[in-house]
Amino acid sequence: MAAIYSLYIINKSGGLIFYKDCGTKGRMDTNDSLRVASLWHSMHAISQQLSPVNGCSGIELLQADTFDLHCFQSLPGTKFFVVCEPGTPHMESLLRYIYELYTDYVLKNPFYEIEMPIRCELFDLNLSQAVQSDRVALLGR
Amino acid sequence: MQFFGGSEISPSPPVPTASGNNAHMMYVFNRNGVCLLYKEWNRPLHTLNPQQDHKLMFGLLFSLKSLTAKMDPTNADKGNLGVPQLPGQGCSFHSFRTNTYKLSFMETPSGIKIILVTHPKTGDLRESLKYIYGLYVEYVVKNPIYSPGSPIKSELFNTAVDQYVRSIS
Repeated sequence: MAAIYSLYIINKSGGLIFYKDCGTKGRMDTNDSLRVASLWHSMHAISQQLSPVNGCSGIELLQADTFDLHCFQSLPGTKFFVVCEPGTPHMESLLRYIYELYTDYVLKNPFYEIEMPIRCELFDLNLSQAVQSDRVALLGR
Repeated sequence: MQFFGGSEISPSPPVPTASGNNAHMMYVFNRNGVCLLYKEWNRPLHTLNPQQDHKLMFGLLFSLKSLTAKMDPTNADKGNLGVPQLPGQGCSFHSFRTNTYKLSFMETPSGIKIILVTHPKTGDLRESLKYIYGLYVEYVVKNPIYSPGSPIKSELFNTAVDQYVRSIS
């Protein structure tokens, strides 16, 4: 059973534009989620500086004691990261799928201002469907 | 977390899975951020000078620990972001991976941080880091001439670590 605790989307300047929390105990208030998102943006950039070889594009997976964090960075610099149970499979394909949903329901929405917080109903709806456990299993190609 | 077995002096090293040298570099820091050891085996790219590099590495680890303690989804009561965490308090990370390297991290209850940077396909190095800590205890801590908090100059430690790291995949 795939247990996704939360999903964050950060714009290219490091500001949080979307946050969805599915967990029960680890809930954060808005200010904390903003801080955590900016902190992650900076850590991602610093990790590129510390690379021993050229061509580093930042942290893709962080493994902690009680959770894993998978991060996907799109070409324009928007970062999608998901906090899940340790060892959850297929998170990379889930992140790519969420990116597709983002391009379809957010970027193509003429009323959406780029880099602003996301308030698109269809995006929320499709996202909720996508993070349910059976759907994630199907994405595991 | 259960750290070491009862009466073993140093645990036997995990079986090496492949030959060849896949490690890029290794850092050992103490709880005050002093870099006790920096070893480099394969580092084509140097972005910063050594002092800045050590400070940046220590800062990154400090902030990542703060981040993981705050983001922990299983712990309801967390301190504020940025509050310094004691070793062992709060959820800590053990590794992160980018497309060009994998960084494995271990912090002991005394605040000694051991970091190993290897190629991205490396497996879980927690046992290896524990073994390296065992070497540190044997060759450095038990050396009566060594003063804690100063950079490690022990030849025996250096060769033992070098030999061990070259043997892990």
